[in-house]
Amino acid sequence: MTKPTQTFEEVESVIIRFAGDSGDGMQLTGTQFTNAAAVFGNDISTMPDYPSEIRAPAGTLAGVSGFQVNLSSHDVLTPGDAPQVLVAMNPAALKVSLPDMESGGIIIVNTDAFTRSNLKKAGYESNPLEDESLSGFQVYPIPLTTVNREALADIEGLSSKEKDRSQNFFALGIVFWMFDRQMETTTNWLKKKFAKRPIVIEANSKALLAGYHLGETLEAFQRRYRIRPASLAKGTYRKVTGNQATAMGLVTAARKMGKPLFYGTYPITPASDILHALAALRHCDVRTFQAEDEIAAMGSVVGASFGGALAVTGTSGPGIALKSEAMNLGIMLELPMVIVDVQRGGPSTGLPTKVEQSDLLQVMYGRNGESPIAVLSPQSPSDCFDIAYEACRLAVRAMSPVAILSDGFLANSSEPWLIPDADDIAPIEVNHPPARTNGEGPFLPYKRDPETLARPWAIPGTKGLEHRLGGLAKAPETGNVSYFPEHHEQMTAERAGKIARLADAIPEQEVFGPEEGELLMVSWGGTYGAVHTAVANAQAEGKSVAHAHVRYLNPFPKNFEALLKKYKKVVVAELNGGQLAFLIRGKFALDVQSFTKIQGQPFKISEVAAQIEEALS
Amino acid sequence: MTTANIPLKLTRKDFVSDQTVRWCPGCGDYSILAQIQKTLPDIGYKKEDIVFISGIGCSSRFPYYMDTYGIHSIHGRAPTLASGLAITNPNLSVWVITGDGDGLSIGGNHFIHTMRRNINLNVVLFNNRIYGLTKGQYSPTSRTGAKTKSSPMGSIEQPVNPVALALSSGATFVSRSLDAHTKHLGETLAKAAAHKGTSFVEVFQNCVIFNPNEWGPLEDRRQRDDHIIYLEHGKPMVFGKNHDKGIRLNGFMPEVVQLGDEFSVDDLIVHDETSKQLAYTLSSLEYPDFPAFMGVLYQEEKPTYTEVLMDQIHTAQETKGVGDLNTLYRSADLWTVA
Repeated sequence: MTKPTQTFEEVESVIIRFAGDSGDGMQLTGTQFTNAAAVFGNDISTMPDYPSEIRAPAGTLAGVSGFQVNLSSHDVLTPGDAPQVLVAMNPAALKVSLPDMESGGIIIVNTDAFTRSNLKKAGYESNPLEDESLSGFQVYPIPLTTVNREALADIEGLSSKEKDRSQNFFALGIVFWMFDRQMETTTNWLKKKFAKRPIVIEANSKALLAGYHLGETLEAFQRRYRIRPASLAKGTYRKVTGNQATAMGLVTAARKMGKPLFYGTYPITPASDILHALAALRHCDVRTFQAEDEIAAMGSVVGASFGGALAVTGTSGPGIALKSEAMNLGIMLELPMVIVDVQRGGPSTGLPTKVEQSDLLQVMYGRNGESPIAVLSPQSPSDCFDIAYEACRLAVRAMSPVAILSDGFLANSSEPWLIPDADDIAPIEVNHPPARTNGEGPFLPYKRDPETLARPWAIPGTKGLEHRLGGLAKAPETGNVSYFPEHHEQMTAERAGKIARLADAIPEQEVFGPEEGELLMVSWGGTYGAVHTAVANAQAEGKSVAHAHVRYLNPFPKNFEALLKKYKKVVVAELNGGQLAFLIRGKFALDVQSFTKIQGQPFKISEVAAQIEEALS
Repeated sequence: MTTANIPLKLTRKDFVSDQTVRWCPGCGDYSILAQIQKTLPDIGYKKEDIVFISGIGCSSRFPYYMDTYGIHSIHGRAPTLASGLAITNPNLSVWVITGDGDGLSIGGNHFIHTMRRNINLNVVLFNNRIYGLTKGQYSPTSRTGAKTKSSPMGSIEQPVNPVALALSSGATFVSRSLDAHTKHLGETLAKAAAHKGTSFVEVFQNCVIFNPNEWGPLEDRRQRDDHIIYLEHGKPMVFGKNHDKGIRLNGFMPEVVQLGDEFSVDDLIVHDETSKQLAYTLSSLEYPDFPAFMGVLYQEEKPTYTEVLMDQIHTAQETKGVGDLNTLYRSADLWTVA
C-alpha cells in the first residue's frame, strides 16, 4: 500500500550518517547500506568513526560509533563534509553528530532511547526532541525499540534483549525505503552470516522488512529519494577498504614474484585488519606470523627476507617506534622487505582509531645513523592495492626496506574498485644468484649492480654462496666487518644512492590543473579526496589553482622540484604539524606554506576550499 | 654421473670460515665453536642448508667464524630472525647462538615465545653469568650477591634459571652441557640437532676475564665428576668419580645420598627424559647447592610450528584450490558497469 502523497525526488548525491552506541551495530548497518548502494552502481566513499573502546560506557558521548557514507551518481572522493541524513540511535549520537549536519537535513531518531538517564549521559539539560534545538531540521521521531519489539513479537526463543539487537536493521529498513533500495544484498548476507542460527536471520529480516514497511505506511514519511547509478568506467567493481586492498596488493606482489608471502606482525589498531585478511589466505601460500611483540614481528621479517620470502610487516606509529632497530638492520643487511604503517593519531598511544599523517618524519628519519628508506603513500582505499605492489617491486629492485604510509582513514574507508585482471599485472623480476661450484672465486655478497646499486639476494639453500651478514659496518663487496673510515663512507653513500636511484623506476609527478601559475596545492596520503575535490571546485569557479598529490615521498619523482618552482605559491596540506612541508623546504630550499589539521579527523572539502581562497587572496 | 654430484663427506674444516677468531685467549667460546664445527658434518644437513643467527655479545660473534649462511643481528632478537627464516624455508637447520644477557635479558620475551612455538630451531645459550662484551656488569643469571662492576656491593637480583624458564615456556627439548667437557658438549649438540622442533642447550661457559671462577670445579677435569650428574634416559642418577653418590627422592625432595650401607642404586631416581614433572624438579636444583645436571633434562615429540603451518596451507589448497588472484579479487559483492 502506497501513500497517495508520496513523491520521489532525484538527487545527485546524499551523505548519510548512522550513529549510535558502540554496541548498536552502526558499522554493520552503514556497511550494509553501502554495499546495496555500491551494487546498485552508485559511486561511494565511506568513513567509519568509532571509539577505541570496544564497548565504551553506553549512552555516553565517548561511546558514539558512527559510519558515514557518501553515495552519488557522479564521482565522489570523500565521505562528504556534512551529513544530509542522520540516523541517531540515542541522544549522545545526536549530540555528537548535530554540529556536522547540513542545515535542513533529515534526522531519524529512536525516541525510546531519549530517556532522562540517556539525556543526562549525553549532557542534555532538556530533551532536544521537545525544545527548539532541532527546529532547522526535518526530524522523524520513531520509537524504534517499541516498533521493533512489536514486529518481532511472534518470534519465540529470543529474549527482548536479543530482539532489541535487531533495532539497527529496523532503522536500516527505513533508510532502504527512503532511498528506494533493494534489500537483497543484506538479506543474502544475513543468510550466509547466520546460517547456523536461523532464528537470528528471521529476526533481522523481519526487522528490516518492518522498517521498510513503516516508511511505506507512516504518514510522516512523504518524500523519497532516488540517486542514479554513477557513470563509472566500464568493468566489474567491488567495494574495497584500504586494508583489504593492501592485503590483496601484497598477495599479488608475492604471486608475481613467485614467492610465498610472509607477514610477520603484532596486532595494532588500525592495521590489524590486514592481518585478518591475510590469515584467511593460507591457500595463497600466505604465512602469517603473529609475533610476541612489534620487535619480534620486524625481526621475523628480516629473517624471512634472508630466507627468500616476500617479507612484510604491518603496524602503526607506536609499532614503528619499536621496530626501528630491526628496520635499521634490514637497511644494513640490504634485504628487501615492506613495512606498512597505518598511521593513527600520536604521540604515544594517541588516538588509536583516528586519522593523522604524523609518522612521515618518524619513518624517514627515526633510526640511528644514516638510514635511508624508500617511502610510498596510497591516495585512496583502492590505491592501497597499487602502492602495496609498487612497494614490493621497489624493495626488490633496491634490495632494501620500503615503507608504506597508509592511515586510519584509508584503512577503514571504502570505495568502488575497478577489479583488475591479474594477468595484466606485470611480474616482479627476482634474481637469486645460482649455486656455485668450487673454483669460481669467493662469493661477494655486497658486490653491487652498477645500475641499481643493489647487492645480490643470495638465499640459504644455495650451494657455494654461504656468507655472513651483520649489523656491523662492513667493507664493500665482501661485506666483511670493517671499521675502515673510507669503507664506512662508501657503504653509507651506496645505501643512500640506491634509494635515490629508485627515482629512475617511478613515474613522474602528475599535476591536476594548470602546469604553472598562481597556486599549487600539494598533498599526500588519504587527504587526496578532499584536496582534489576542493581544487576541482575552485577550478570550476575559474580560479588558477593546481593540485599535485605525491604518492612517492622518498625518493620524490624526478620532476618534482622543477614542478614546484613553476607556481608563485605552494601550499602543502597535511594532517600533521607540517612534515612534508618541512621535507620540501629542507630538500629544495623552497618557501612553501603549510596548511595543517591535527584533530584526528580528515580534511573537509570546505576547509581546503577556504585555504585555497585565502592563498589566492 | 660426474664426480661433482657425489656428495663428499663434510669435515670440521668445511665449517671454518676465513675470519680470524677474536675471542680472548682461554675463552670457553673456542671449545663451543670447535664442538659445533665437529658436530655439523654428522647432523644430516647439507652445508648450504645450515644457518647461524646470533644477537649481540661475545657469543654472538659466532656466525662470522662459521663457513655457513649466517646473520650477526641485533641485541636479543636472534630468535625472531631465526623464526622468520625457518618458517620461510622449513628445510634449513637453523641455529640461534645467544648468551645470558642477549637471550635472557634484552631478549627474554623472545626466548619465552620461541620456546613455546616449537619452530624447528636449535638455541644454544652460552651462560657465563656476566656481561663480557660491555666489560663486566652482572647479567640476569648472575647469582644474588655477585660482585661485579655494576654491583660492587653484590647483586640484589634473583637470577633467572634458564632450563626452568625453557621448560615452563613449553620447550620440547631442554638440555645442558659445559664448554670444558668437549665430549659431552658434542653429544648434547648432536642430540639437539636431531630433535624435531625447538631444542634448547644451555652451555655453562667460562668467561676467563670477567667471571673466571664462576663454574669452579666443573671446569676442572680432575674434579668435575664429583660435581656433575650426567643424565641418561632410563639410568639411575649415580654420580661421582667413583660412582659412589646418587640422587634419591625423600618425599618430594630430591637429596644427595652416599651409596653404601644405607642406600643402593635401587633407591635412586631413574632418569626419564619424557617426564615433565621430573624435568621441573631437576631444573629447580641449582649448582652449587646440588651437583650440576648435564644432558637432556626433557624431550618431547610434538609437531613443529612449521609442520602445522604447512599442513594448514596444504589443507586450504585442497579444499579451496590453490589461491587464484582473480578469484581473490572477486570474493565480494560485485557489480558491472557496461
